[in-house]
Amino acid sequence: MNMAYLDNSATTKVCDEAISAAVEMMNINFGNPSSLHCLGVNAEKQLSLSKSIIGETLSCERSNIIFTSGGTESNNIAIFGAVKKKRREGNKIITTSIEHPSVLNCFKELEKDFQVVYIKPDKDGKIPVSEFQKEIDENTILVSCMLVNNETGEILPCKFIKDIIKAKSSPALFHIDAVQGYLKIPFNPTSYGADLVTISAHKIHGMKGCGALYIKDKNIISTTVFGGEQEQNIRSGTQNMPGIAAFSAAAKKGYESIRENFEYIKELRAYLINRLSEISDIKINSPSDGANHILNISVMNLQSEVMLHHLESMNVFVSAGSACSSKNKGKSHVLTSMGLDNERINSALRISLCADNDKEDIDMLIDGLKSCRKNLVGRKG
Amino acid sequence: MKEIILCKLGEIVLKGLNRSAFEKLLIKNIKKSLSSVGTCDISCKQSTITIIPQDDFFDIDIAVSKLQKVFGIVAISKAALCEKDFSEIVKIAKEYLYLPLSMAKTFKVNAKRSDKEFPMNSPQICAELGGELLETFSNLSVDVKNPQVTVTVEIRDRFAFVSCEKFQGAGGMPIGSNGKCALLLSGGIDSPVAGYMIAKRGVSLCCIHFYSYPYTSERAKEKVLDLAKIMTDYCGEMKVFIVPFTKIQEEIKKNCKEEMFTLVMRRYMMKIAEKIALSQNASGLVTGESIGQVASQTLSALAVTDDAVSIPVFRPVIGMDKEEIVQISKKINTFETSILPYEDCCTVFTPKHPKTKPVLKYVVYEENKLDKENLINEAVENVEVIIL
Repeated sequence: MNMAYLDNSATTKVCDEAISAAVEMMNINFGNPSSLHCLGVNAEKQLSLSKSIIGETLSCERSNIIFTSGGTESNNIAIFGAVKKKRREGNKIITTSIEHPSVLNCFKELEKDFQVVYIKPDKDGKIPVSEFQKEIDENTILVSCMLVNNETGEILPCKFIKDIIKAKSSPALFHIDAVQGYLKIPFNPTSYGADLVTISAHKIHGMKGCGALYIKDKNIISTTVFGGEQEQNIRSGTQNMPGIAAFSAAAKKGYESIRENFEYIKELRAYLINRLSEISDIKINSPSDGANHILNISVMNLQSEVMLHHLESMNVFVSAGSACSSKNKGKSHVLTSMGLDNERINSALRISLCADNDKEDIDMLIDGLKSCRKNLVGRKG
Repeated sequence: MKEIILCKLGEIVLKGLNRSAFEKLLIKNIKKSLSSVGTCDISCKQSTITIIPQDDFFDIDIAVSKLQKVFGIVAISKAALCEKDFSEIVKIAKEYLYLPLSMAKTFKVNAKRSDKEFPMNSPQICAELGGELLETFSNLSVDVKNPQVTVTVEIRDRFAFVSCEKFQGAGGMPIGSNGKCALLLSGGIDSPVAGYMIAKRGVSLCCIHFYSYPYTSERAKEKVLDLAKIMTDYCGEMKVFIVPFTKIQEEIKKNCKEEMFTLVMRRYMMKIAEKIALSQNASGLVTGESIGQVASQTLSALAVTDDAVSIPVFRPVIGMDKEEIVQISKKINTFETSILPYEDCCTVFTPKHPKTKPVLKYVVYEENKLDKENLINEAVENVEVIIL
């Protein structure tokens, strides 16, 4: 039976190119890239090639790429490595209140030693650049801001932060969690002036358990993972070669078609928004100038999780808030932070698209939502 | 609002009747260097090349960093394009330069009017626009001597441009405007720098590397290819010739006096390099030698190596200290790769006490102990060619 997978910001289906790349690294090119013999050299060649490919997608050199086990590890290495290196230069660290938990919880952990500032959305529900202008100062050693919010698709004002850091003569390092924006919107670390950038493989049709950290120069952060000094001694541990080869294969494919995918997903989104008008009392929680692939809506008066299960019974897959926070009982910290009321938060669904989706998927979702409206009992009876 | 790039040309504007040929070549080189960034429109007028992006994903900053490696450009600026209408210029200046102006304390306005039809002259533009900006940004005051932000307005033939950021270009002459040379690329710090310096004068390059597997590892070869790849940012496309050199080195070791090893080896390298260079229509060899740096680079040793070939040998770093060479290698991004610890062909079989004041005829005598012609031809025939 047909399936409409509309939860691509939670994870994506691994593409064929990535699968064959991973298989080759498991049954033919299985050497340890640190070995001196030719099996090692061949694995190392693939490692270099993968770095070059990921580097190309970020318009940087392959020496800027450190492979990790995913977005969470990249964020941890970046944040703890930055404050460890910079702790003598200042005491203030800045992030936003709508970050992914893998950033937020790092900052929470650092609250005991540092002055932590969480920039909140303004009355329009968006993170204002003026707050960064106000908060960044000579005592600030780290600014971490996500590129695209995982729940709403909001594009945060990362573009302007480097100029503020420069104008304020701040020693701050600038970290971007680009997991949700990578290969979705025009982005590269150099023009954004980022020192550190997190990306993840499984959001772009690679495998889970693999990600990367862009690092402007390996000496800007201190090491927090110790061992055999792989990955320029930033992330020790034998490299996950199947994951890495798959990551670069998926990234290559995504980068080659980034322009057409962008236009295609833009069209799909327009179609989706258009068709949503057929369902009564729907509110759109995503900003109109956000990333095209994420749309957060509230189907007023119905419970997110109940709808999610009803849709799933019709082979339509979406998420309630974000997948990472769905297990944490309680409300979405992002929507709460945006100042939405409880009614709206409790009935929120996140629809996330990829280039594999088509209008039929959207039609299935619309049928599903209509069925929710018809068959589910709302809170207000 | 549309952001564009302006490139100021260097000495090619002095080239008289040949100028348009140089400009065409430079535009071709720019097109190549920007091909991975996205589609754009490139045009040249009044010694300025204007680049207008035609695609959402065209990244201005990446384009600027690529252009900073194109020889023939002396300065690059990012600018906002506007109609030639003063109120439009004011509006765009406020919008485009909002962030730098809102955080600066001092500024000045610089105006250049190449279209003399425009109703205001340069001092008027400066005064009027300066006044408007002072009114909008209460944090600003004018400082013409040492401003934090310089707002530049250019009134050109079709459009006006507003900018405040200027970047240094690579200078030099467009690659391909001054013929071709073959660079002996060892894998150390000096040879990529030597190649860069020759390329800067418009010379296109091919590279020759001597490979002594298994005395040097495959990683050493990969390293050399990496270096060549980094150099292509400046030098454009290059062919790399990997010469199998093991047999010649073993023969030298077997037959020649130890103190002459390096010199004899260098002469063989030069002879092979000359053959390859001529086959590629390259008119000279380039090496990274610097006087006195090692035993094979004393004046008399250099004379002995020079004698091996009849085409000119260029040594652009001949008078530089190591530290000066390192500075350039860091600038062109080859340093980190150059210092990776893989043995190169020059350090295999190094004699304990090499001759520092060699006499040519004795070196030639040692060299002739080998089956010279055949060894050289065999090496040249088995060259591996890699196109970067």
